[in-house]
Amino acid sequence: MKLLKTLALGSALALAMLASHAQAETIKIGLVAKSLGNGFFEAANKGAQEAAKELGGVEVIYTGPTSTTAEGQIEVINALIAQNVNAIAISANDPDAVVPALKKAMARGIKVISWDSAVAKDGRIVHLNPSSNELIGKMCLQLAAAHLPDGKGDFAILSATTTSTNQNTWIAEMKKQLPNFPGLNLVTTVYGDDLADKSYREAQGLLTSQPNVKVIVAPTTVGVLAASQAVSDAKKIGTVYVTGLGLPSEMAGAIKSGATKEFAIWNPIDLGYSATQIAYHLVKGDTDGKPGSDISAGRMGKIKIGDNGEAAMADPFVYDAKNIDQFSKIF
Amino acid sequence: MIKQLFKFREMLLVVIIAVLLGVFSSRSPGFASPSNLSNIFNDTSILIILALGQMTVILTKSIDLSVAANVAFTGMAVAMLNAAHPGLPLALIVLIALGIGAILGAINGLFVWKLGIPSIVVTLGTLTIYRGMAFVLSGGGWVNAHQMTEPFLQTPRQLFLGLPVLGWTAIVIVAIIYIVMSRTFLGRAIYASGGNPTAAVYAGIDVGRTRFFAFVLSGTLAGLCGYLWVSRYAVAYVDIAAGFELDSVAACVIGGISTLGGIGSVAGAVLGSLFLGVIKNALPVINISPFSQMAISGGVIIAAVIFNARQERRRGRIILRDRGASETIEGIA
Repeated sequence: MKLLKTLALGSALALAMLASHAQAETIKIGLVAKSLGNGFFEAANKGAQEAAKELGGVEVIYTGPTSTTAEGQIEVINALIAQNVNAIAISANDPDAVVPALKKAMARGIKVISWDSAVAKDGRIVHLNPSSNELIGKMCLQLAAAHLPDGKGDFAILSATTTSTNQNTWIAEMKKQLPNFPGLNLVTTVYGDDLADKSYREAQGLLTSQPNVKVIVAPTTVGVLAASQAVSDAKKIGTVYVTGLGLPSEMAGAIKSGATKEFAIWNPIDLGYSATQIAYHLVKGDTDGKPGSDISAGRMGKIKIGDNGEAAMADPFVYDAKNIDQFSKIF
Repeated sequence: MIKQLFKFREMLLVVIIAVLLGVFSSRSPGFASPSNLSNIFNDTSILIILALGQMTVILTKSIDLSVAANVAFTGMAVAMLNAAHPGLPLALIVLIALGIGAILGAINGLFVWKLGIPSIVVTLGTLTIYRGMAFVLSGGGWVNAHQMTEPFLQTPRQLFLGLPVLGWTAIVIVAIIYIVMSRTFLGRAIYASGGNPTAAVYAGIDVGRTRFFAFVLSGTLAGLCGYLWVSRYAVAYVDIAAGFELDSVAACVIGGISTLGGIGSVAGAVLGSLFLGVIKNALPVINISPFSQMAISGGVIIAAVIFNARQERRRGRIILRDRGASETIEGIA
């Protein structure tokens, strides 16, 4: 009996040692989505698995609540803490509600970063933005230039509401960087209020009142769709192009009709990839993730951590006829 | 006498619209060209159809604020149906749209008729409910152009005698509503139960039932608009036609339909819609700052209401009032 007990204890100890040994070898990273079953996050997971394979010795646990609630994410975080993960990378449903749970995780030495949708500063080391306002503004100008012969000519912006913060920031960035694109001329900015009918009418108005405008840039998905429809209804496909920011699943029709040659949005695969890379390097101790530091992120190059521990991944990803079918299935 | 006044009013609207077209075309050449006018009419078609439905409801002293939410729900439902079963013939889809719209309208009508809740409260409630239902149905997702079938998207765009089918649909609906309002029992009952409910009861008209049918009619037309909207803009999402219920009310008010009920004409609703349509289509092309666009639209509507209020003062007064009958009405209203 005593022997049996010793044996049991011994094997349990051995097992525990084995387990801790294994843990020291594989780095476990919890990738928390806003909700499961969303194509965007499934794609991010794809990128995360790619990074894990590339780095080696990394296990990515992809998880999340079934609906986009902060409560669900808190449960998921607690479960990850119980699983002794080394890092948590989360796209938060609420920037503040998940902070206490994440603080608990950090108190146990778990490295926490947020990506896509930020967590308040106290609850994470680094936040990875898919892009930055500066890069988005630059991308919009690049897209406009790409649709014009030699990158020279007139374009107009179709925005959402006159008070929309991110739209106005992006438009301001575009205006600021316009001198870097000689020959590119911003004629006017119109506002479609993110309503399909008003955006459509504004685009139609541009077609009639601004015959020189050859490209309409709409950094909003309702606007870019409505403008594409207006251009194809006006039978101006091939003379006037629409581009901007939109989701591949929404823009697939516009690409097929030819109203849009290419448009941009952040790539969720790259985002998941970079988040995993950053989490890995934080766990390894290669970097502390303090503002001003650089973190190398494999094929995405070096990612610079800016103020408030926020980082911008890269230029928005460009989608065109070649890759639209692949991505329109994802998100 | 009153009839002549209305003739005058509608003529006045025609003149105002003509003047507007003149002013706009002086600032933007080609604005009054036939092709652009047909564009404007086509663009306004959905508003015309919705405004006619709204008109029948307003004529009975009620209001239907849920029309835009009805458009959103029905549009989402038929778009998802089309995406899931591309084989369904378009005629069936349009019938389903009409049916869903009619059911949503009937829900409003039943609350107003059987429970006697004021229509503004009922439809304010169903406005959020129908939009919420559209969200539940779609899970917040979008139905995009490439998921819809060619006939679904292209039929309203087919040109027939220079005007797209969408525009012709509006013309057919205008004709039908004109006949219903002027030649059928329901049409006359709608005027009577809004104009003088007491007298309507004496004439053997069930005011509540008439309101119910006005709501069903409005809902049915909104259902049709649900399909037309989704097809025109080639996208269905929860927020489509947001705020459009107010446009339909504004079109009625500008068209001289009294918000107190009983007064108004099909021509008025059509002209009121066209008036809004001309302004909406003109603002983007005449280089007016977007910041002042809304102020201009609002100013025009208020001017129309003031004009309306002045007209309503000329109405005849009820000389005799029977307490018994008016109490029945109070119970219903």
